[in-house]
Amino acid sequence: MSTISRDEVARVAELARIELRPDEIDKLTGDLGVIVESIAQVSEVATDDVPATSHPLPIDNVFRADVPQPALPVEDVLAGAPASEDGKFLVPQILGEE
Amino acid sequence: MTSDVTRLSAAAQAALLRTSEISSVELTRAHLDRISAVEPAVNAFLHVSEPEALAQAAAVDARRAAGEELHELAGVPIAVKDIVVTKGIPTTAASKILEGWVPPYDATIVERIKGAGLPILGKTNLDEFAMGSSTEHSAYGDTRNPWDLDRIPGGSGGGSAAAVAAFEAPLAVGTDTGGSIRQPASVTGTVGVKPTYGAVSRYGLIAMASSLDQAGPVTRTVLDSALLQEVLGGYDPRDSTSIPEALPSPVAAARRGALGDLSGLRVGVVKELSGEGYQAGVRASFEASLDLLRAAGAEVVEVSCPSFGYALGAYYLIMPSEASSNLAKFDGMRFGLRVEPSEGPVTAERVMSATRGAGFGDEVKRRVVLGTYALSAGYYDAYYGSAQKVRTLVQRDFDAAFGVADVLVSPTTPTTAFKLGEKLDDPLAMYLNDVATIPANLAGIPGLSLPSGLSDDGLPVGFQILAPAKADDRLYLVGAALEAALENGWGAPLLAQAPELEVAR
Repeated sequence: MSTISRDEVARVAELARIELRPDEIDKLTGDLGVIVESIAQVSEVATDDVPATSHPLPIDNVFRADVPQPALPVEDVLAGAPASEDGKFLVPQILGEE
Repeated sequence: MTSDVTRLSAAAQAALLRTSEISSVELTRAHLDRISAVEPAVNAFLHVSEPEALAQAAAVDARRAAGEELHELAGVPIAVKDIVVTKGIPTTAASKILEGWVPPYDATIVERIKGAGLPILGKTNLDEFAMGSSTEHSAYGDTRNPWDLDRIPGGSGGGSAAAVAAFEAPLAVGTDTGGSIRQPASVTGTVGVKPTYGAVSRYGLIAMASSLDQAGPVTRTVLDSALLQEVLGGYDPRDSTSIPEALPSPVAAARRGALGDLSGLRVGVVKELSGEGYQAGVRASFEASLDLLRAAGAEVVEVSCPSFGYALGAYYLIMPSEASSNLAKFDGMRFGLRVEPSEGPVTAERVMSATRGAGFGDEVKRRVVLGTYALSAGYYDAYYGSAQKVRTLVQRDFDAAFGVADVLVSPTTPTTAFKLGEKLDDPLAMYLNDVATIPANLAGIPGLSLPSGLSDDGLPVGFQILAPAKADDRLYLVGAALEAALENGWGAPLLAQAPELEVAR
């Protein structure tokens, strides 16, 4: 595994939807290079015969009874929204002009 | 009398309430006064909910006067880490992206705290979204260690630990994803417990890494933690990972442990979690505690957990991966900050990027980008997939170790509290603080840290006890026994040796 390049950091930040200034990208490239190099050692012991664990304890999926439950009042939820109108979240356009 | 009550344990405060020697309003007022006096120096709180706390206290006093049967801790005030949502009280996760947000609902653990009649004093400081080991990543300023105001109080729950250590609150709630309850407890001379994963509901915690996060008690004594775990714990239908069965009583175990007899108990010292990299004064304090356990009748054996050397690496792949997914909800659409791009079209996607660029701090950006990278096409198997396999290996190591020992022990942290700023520019050095606490989170098992004394630098050292999943009672049994033996030697709790804080008048 190679260390992470500046272009890659910029690309991944875009995937993560975090706008970064050029100096932040520089800093992050250095930081992540060191971090990735250090954690890459996990692959040394992660051999094919070891099963993966995604959850700390064995659990089963849980369903609740299919009975309506009271929801939060709309006005309480919208009180914390950056913008709202007619009892709904007001958001920017989802797609660009094109 | 009111000038001294804040020094008492929560159990002792509760006893005064039961015999009506003090009211909850007086007790709560005493803590609010202490908060006003020391907050300029400590900065443990992001928000003090004085009117709400006094109203809750008055309500519990009225219930007591009416002869109602109350919870043992009813009327004893508590502080809550600001990553737990509280209806009507601002909750920020110490992030600019949630500045001023007032949640429309209570976390399950907050409902339980209110149900048991514990007035909530306020919300405590933390590293932004609980990402850090020093509370220096808070967007609202550093919290300072009451033992030495130039040093870190640990993190992410530095606010909760410092509040309890500075006698601003007898009880606090923390959350522990890789050590955020135990490591602050260690460096502030307090007690902190990460319960078994699923023993305490996660509903209403602002999630960092869902398969690792666990809320738990932050207190000054082992018994107080046991009492608080009984308030917080138990099955919650709103958390699908909640354990649907009752666990053995922590309080009964703590009371039994305080009698001091550990005959027949096997204590395993984890070879990989001591020695190299651990401060000499930390090792000496740890060894002295092992002697006390032997004197109490325990058999001390050495165990080896060879995969622990890979636990830190696995953690720093799994945690950021889960965090990058959990933090996707902060998109500037439904709550919190919204920032429009300075130029170009105002689309949802560009608003989201601008909002997160402005609202997230450096460490959050680092982890979200790292997690996105680890999960991205071409890297998933090598990074995230490998980390999940290490998780299996760590669990196998624990299974083998618990085959020969009833509990495992180690120093909680390799060093005592370091200076503010000392590790801020070196993320890897910061991450190493959690090397001894992380394995428990990967395996979902419970862990407790209690103060074992002072290092040669005069700062507190933490002693970590780990038990198998769902055997949280063993932490309390062994913790209470060790605490009793230690305090017998000191003649008082360790915090009695902490310097008096300058108080504002």
